[in-house]
Amino acid sequence: MSTTSTLAAPAPQRHEVPVEQSTRGERIAGLLQRHGALAVLGIVVVVASIRFPSFGTVGNAQGVAIQSAFLAIVALGMTFVIIGGGIDLSVGSVFALGGVLAAYGSRWGMLGALLLPLVVCGAIGLVNGLLIARARLAPFIVTLASLLGARGLLLALTDEGAQTYLIDKTSAFAKLGQGTLLGLGYPVWLALLAFAVGGLLLQRTRYGQAVFAVGGSEQAAAMMGLPVARIKIITYAASGLLAGFAGALNAARLSSGVTILGVGMELDAIAAVVIGGTLLVGGAGSVSGTLCGVLLLGVIQNVINQIGTLDSSYQSVVSGAFLIVVVVVQTYLSRSQRLR
Amino acid sequence: MLDVRGVSKRFPGVLALQDVSLTVAPGEVHALVGENGAGKSTLIKVLTGVYTPDEGQVLLDGAPVSFGSPREAQNAGISTIYQEVNLVPLMSVARNLFLGREPMLPGGLIDFGRMHREAAQTLARFGITVDVRRPLRSLGLGAQQMVALARAVAVDAKLLIMDEPTSSLEPREVQTLEAVVRDLSAQGIAIIYVSHRLDELYRLCDRVTVLRDGRGVHSGKLADLDRLHLVSHMLGRDPAAVSREGLTGFEGHHDTDAEPLVSVRGLTRRHVLHDVSFDVRPGEVTGLGGLLGSGRSETAKAVVGALPLDSGTVTIGGRRLRRLNPAAAIRAGMVLLPEDRKAEGIVPELSVRENIVLAALPRISRFGLVSRKRQDRIVETFMQRLRIKAASPEQPVGELSGGNQQKVLLARWLCLHPRLLLLDEPTRGIDVGAKAEVQALVDELARDGLAVVLISSDLEEFVEGADRVVVLRAGAVTGELTGDEVTEAGIMAALAGEQA
Repeated sequence: MSTTSTLAAPAPQRHEVPVEQSTRGERIAGLLQRHGALAVLGIVVVVASIRFPSFGTVGNAQGVAIQSAFLAIVALGMTFVIIGGGIDLSVGSVFALGGVLAAYGSRWGMLGALLLPLVVCGAIGLVNGLLIARARLAPFIVTLASLLGARGLLLALTDEGAQTYLIDKTSAFAKLGQGTLLGLGYPVWLALLAFAVGGLLLQRTRYGQAVFAVGGSEQAAAMMGLPVARIKIITYAASGLLAGFAGALNAARLSSGVTILGVGMELDAIAAVVIGGTLLVGGAGSVSGTLCGVLLLGVIQNVINQIGTLDSSYQSVVSGAFLIVVVVVQTYLSRSQRLR
Repeated sequence: MLDVRGVSKRFPGVLALQDVSLTVAPGEVHALVGENGAGKSTLIKVLTGVYTPDEGQVLLDGAPVSFGSPREAQNAGISTIYQEVNLVPLMSVARNLFLGREPMLPGGLIDFGRMHREAAQTLARFGITVDVRRPLRSLGLGAQQMVALARAVAVDAKLLIMDEPTSSLEPREVQTLEAVVRDLSAQGIAIIYVSHRLDELYRLCDRVTVLRDGRGVHSGKLADLDRLHLVSHMLGRDPAAVSREGLTGFEGHHDTDAEPLVSVRGLTRRHVLHDVSFDVRPGEVTGLGGLLGSGRSETAKAVVGALPLDSGTVTIGGRRLRRLNPAAAIRAGMVLLPEDRKAEGIVPELSVRENIVLAALPRISRFGLVSRKRQDRIVETFMQRLRIKAASPEQPVGELSGGNQQKVLLARWLCLHPRLLLLDEPTRGIDVGAKAEVQALVDELARDGLAVVLISSDLEEFVEGADRVVVLRAGAVTGELTGDEVTEAGIMAALAGEQA
C-alpha cells in the first residue's frame, strides 16, 4: 500500500503568531484615510482666515455651520448605509419631500409638521431596506427607483411644483428652524446631537458593530449568526428618516416647502462620507469623519464665495478633486492589503 | 449527543442526500469523508440550519431539532468553522471574537474594556498572544483560523463542525490546530472533522463516516479501517484495484534523453529567489519541490513573467526571451495554471465554453469578431479530451466540482497550444477520484510531447509522476533528482538539505 505523505516541516516548531508589521507607507496612508479630512479642514480654515479677513469672523462661522447642518444630517444616515456596504441614492429626493410634507403638515401644528415627514420618509427608507435585504435587490437600483418615486410624489403633492406650502413664521415649528442658542441655529445643535447619538450607536453598540460586520463581509456576518437582513432594514429606514428630518428642518428655516431642493444632494452626501474616510465598499468609517467631510465641503464653498472672482461652479471642481484624492488613497490602501 | 437519522435532501434534479445517518458522542472526533459532490457540504448545511432536510430528523441530546438559520443552530450549541475563514477582516480581533455577543454595560453600550480583556484571555488559551485591538487581517492565516476556532468554541458549543480547517494552513499551524482539537475533545465537545488529508484524519479522529453519491456507505472506527479501504469506500472501487493502480493516476516515466526545451538560468529576486536554474525537456514531467515558502510558486510565476526579477533569463527552444512578461510568455508558448484557481483563474459566473475560450479569443477572432462555430469546435474537443463533466458547455463553471473546474482551466491553456505547461498544485482541494484523472491527464500531455513543470506538496505525485525533481529551499535550488533517485526518501533528504 502506498501512502500519501505531505511535506511536513522537519522539526516541530513552537507556535508563534505571524504578526506582520504594516509598512510606514501603509500607516501614513491609513492616517490620511482616517484623519485626512480633519487635517485638510484645519489647513483650509487657517489659510482662509489669514487670506480673507471676512472668513475668520464669528458671523461667517455661524453661516457655514447652518449651511452645513442639513447636509450633515443627511450624510449621517448615509454614513451608516455606506459602512454597511450599501448606498442610498434616494436621500436628495426624500429631503425635498420631507420639506414639502413638513410645510403641508404645519397646518396641524408642530406635531403634524414633524410627524408627517418622519413617517412618510421613514416608510420610504423602510421599503428600500425591505427590498434590499429581503428581496435581495441591488441597493443602487432600489434607491434610484425611490429617488424617482419620492420626487414624483413631491410633484404630485404640489401640483407639478406650482403650489408652494408656506409655514407660519410665528409658529413654534418655524422657530425650530430659525431660532438660535449660543449664536448657533437650532438645526446646528440638532445636527450635533444627531452626530453624538450616531457616533455612540456606531462605535459602542451591538447594532453598530453589526453594521461594520455586514459591510466588511456580509457572508461572514451571516455565518456568525448576525441578523443581517434586520440590520440592513434598520439602516435604510434610519437613512430615510434622517433625510426627511433634515428636509423638515430646512423647510422650517425657509418657512416654506421648496420643491426644487435636494437635487444631487445624495451625491454631496456620498462625497462628504467618502472624504470623511469611510470606505466606499463598506466595513470601515466613522461619523466624526463624515462631519469633517461635510464641513470641508461647506468651507470650500464659503471660501470660493469669499474669493468672489471665481464662479461658484468651481466649488464642485474643488470638491471633486478632493474626492479623487481620497479615493486614490483608499484604493492604494486596499491594494496594499490584498498584496499581503 | 448528535443523532442524525435517515436524512434526505432533494434539489431540483439531484438527490443530494439519501437516507444518511450519523451519530457523534460527546468528546468524539468524527471524520466525515467523501469525494467532492458526495454530500458532505449538504449534510453540514443541514446541521447548521442553512438547509432543512426533506426527510429524516436531527436529534440533539435526544430532542429533535430543526433550524431555520445559522443563528438558531448556533444558539442550540452547533458551531461551524469553514475552509475559508469566515470573519470580518477589517474589524479588530476582539470585535470578531465577540461579534453579536459583546459584553454590555448597563444602558446598552458595549463594555470594551472587559471585551478586550476576555478576548486576550480566550486567545491565550489557543496559543495566540496578540494585541486584540489589531484588525484581523493583520494576522497570519493560521492565527485567523485560530480566532475563528476560538469564536466557534466560545459560544458554548456542544458540537463543533470543522470543514477542511487546515487546507490553507502551514504545517506548524496545523500542529497547533490539532493540539487544540484534542484539547476540545478532552473537554467533552463533539467534533465533526472534514478533511481531504488522510494523515490528519488518522492522527485525530476516533470514528469515520464515509459518504458517496449522497449515501452513507461506511460508518465505524477509523482505526479499524486502513487507508486503502477508506479510499476504496470513498471511490467505490475495489481495494485490490486501488492497490494495483497506485493512489495516483500517473503511469510510469517518460523519455528523458531529449534536448531541453526550456532553460531557466539564474532567476534572482531579492529575498525571494537566489540564482534558480533548471532545464525542462519536452515529453517530461519536471517536479518543482519544496516546502511552503521555499520559492516554488514564485519560481513558476517568474518563468512566465508574472513576478518581477532582478536578474535571470528564460530560453525556450533556443530563443532567449528578451522581455519577461505574461503576454510574451504566452506568445512563446509558456502557460501557468496558478495555485489559487478561485482568485487567479476561474470566472465562476461564466459558462464552461466562455471560460475555456477566454485566453484563446485573440487567436480565434477576426477583426474583433469571434466565430461561434470555431469556439464550439474547440470547446467540444477539449471537453471530450479532458473528460470535463458538465451538463452542457453553457453551464456556469461555478456549479462544477473542483476537479472539473481545474480541467476547464487546463483546457483554457491547452487551446493555446503551449509548449511548456506549469502546474502549481493542480490537485489541491479536489477529491480523490478527480485527482487521479487530473494526474492521468498530465501524464498523457507529457506523453504527447508537452514539457510539464509540476509543483506539489504531495510527495506521492512526484514519485509516481515526475521524471526529475528540482528541490528548492529558501529560494535556492538544493538538489536535482532524476530517474530512480526520485523517491520519497530522496526528496525528503533534499528538502532537509542533506546529501541525497
